[in-house]
Amino acid sequence: MTIPLFHHVHIGYGCPMLIEARNLDVARGGVTVLGGLTFALAAGKALILRGPNGAGKTTLLRTLAGLQPPAAGDVMMAPDTVAYAAHADGLKSSLTVAENLAFWAAIFGSRDTDHAVQEMDLAPLIRRRAGELSAGQKRRLGLARLLVTGRPVWLLDEPTVSLDSASVTLFAGVLRQHLATGGAAIIATHVDLALPEARVLDLDPYRMRTLAQDGFDEAFL
Amino acid sequence: MRALLLRDLRLAIRSGGGFGLGLAFFLILAVLVPLGVGADGRILGRIAPGILWVGALLACLLSLDRMFALDQEDGSLDLLATSPIPLEGVVAVKAAAHWLVTGLPLTLLAPGLGVLLNLAPPAYGWLVLSLLIGTPTLSMVGAFGASLTVGIKRGGLLLSLLVLPLYMPTLIFGAEVVRRGAEGMALATPLALLAAISLGAAALLPFAAAAALRVNLR
Repeated sequence: MTIPLFHHVHIGYGCPMLIEARNLDVARGGVTVLGGLTFALAAGKALILRGPNGAGKTTLLRTLAGLQPPAAGDVMMAPDTVAYAAHADGLKSSLTVAENLAFWAAIFGSRDTDHAVQEMDLAPLIRRRAGELSAGQKRRLGLARLLVTGRPVWLLDEPTVSLDSASVTLFAGVLRQHLATGGAAIIATHVDLALPEARVLDLDPYRMRTLAQDGFDEAFL
Repeated sequence: MRALLLRDLRLAIRSGGGFGLGLAFFLILAVLVPLGVGADGRILGRIAPGILWVGALLACLLSLDRMFALDQEDGSLDLLATSPIPLEGVVAVKAAAHWLVTGLPLTLLAPGLGVLLNLAPPAYGWLVLSLLIGTPTLSMVGAFGASLTVGIKRGGLLLSLLVLPLYMPTLIFGAEVVRRGAEGMALATPLALLAAISLGAAALLPFAAAAALRVNLR
């Protein structure tokens, strides 16, 4: 059974893959930037997106997250599958680390933030306001949010930006743990996260520069 | 949804949250008008309903552009859009939070400022009632305007221009209720129309605003 979310995004129940793209075209500003993407991701697998700046990695992730409709093709996934981590972490600088995390946990219907705090090594910062954190600490808090969502598929847009090498290792461990417990991840990154389960998808062959079919007026939005 | 409401209220009362901005504006207006118009109680009493309603409307307008813009800047809006809460619910909760930190305090403060403006005694109850019914519309219409302009940097002017015409009916009927109340006339008709606008806005605008947000998030 499928329920259309946008024209071409189908919410499927009981499909063996966690998330699947079929002949997917994604558009930014009315211009199709990537065309003909087909991939599927089972539990425990990770997909690493590679491509130069402007190739459409963020656009692809936003399309998969359901923030924008695909220009063509289909995305198949069960409802409430994906957790999206964008460039911006979605933190409120006047709230403490604990309050920020508890807020996102409540939004995603869970109460347990201890696990996330422990995994991302945030315990020493828990009472600090998010505005007082360094860029790397903010990023760690932003990534800890993924753990409280309880969603199986993580869509990560440059997750390691502003993290030091120790934090990158820490996050890679969290990611491996997530994959080992039946999760999956699609990651746009230039850093080697040393994930044995990961498959690299080079976006270069899929790049396009054509006006999307019905996208002409959309270019002005 | 409750978590979102509590977070918005908490953000509003923390430093830099903008709570009190509208209230201060309302207070300043009500203090300055008698000084500008002069101490003639009769004139003040006649213009008081209009001044109080215009003041409440402009005070609401002051904090509108923050409603979604702040969440969009720090990425929260994208994350909320991908959360289990429907975007319609997000809009409704944010409008409710806006009303709780601007409309409701304005309503409670208004009788005190009515004294400064020499408002006729029978009108006080109607002033509070009309603001209580009308200010949620101001927040809800404001949420709609804010969702239309969320992607635009410094969209405050455009937001005001979009929202002000939509505020007109509420202002006209709200002030009319208070004026008729002050003069002891029948006021069921403007009161019913005010309530109808309020209910209509609450029923329809969350969907319109959520649709606008979806387009702006692309």
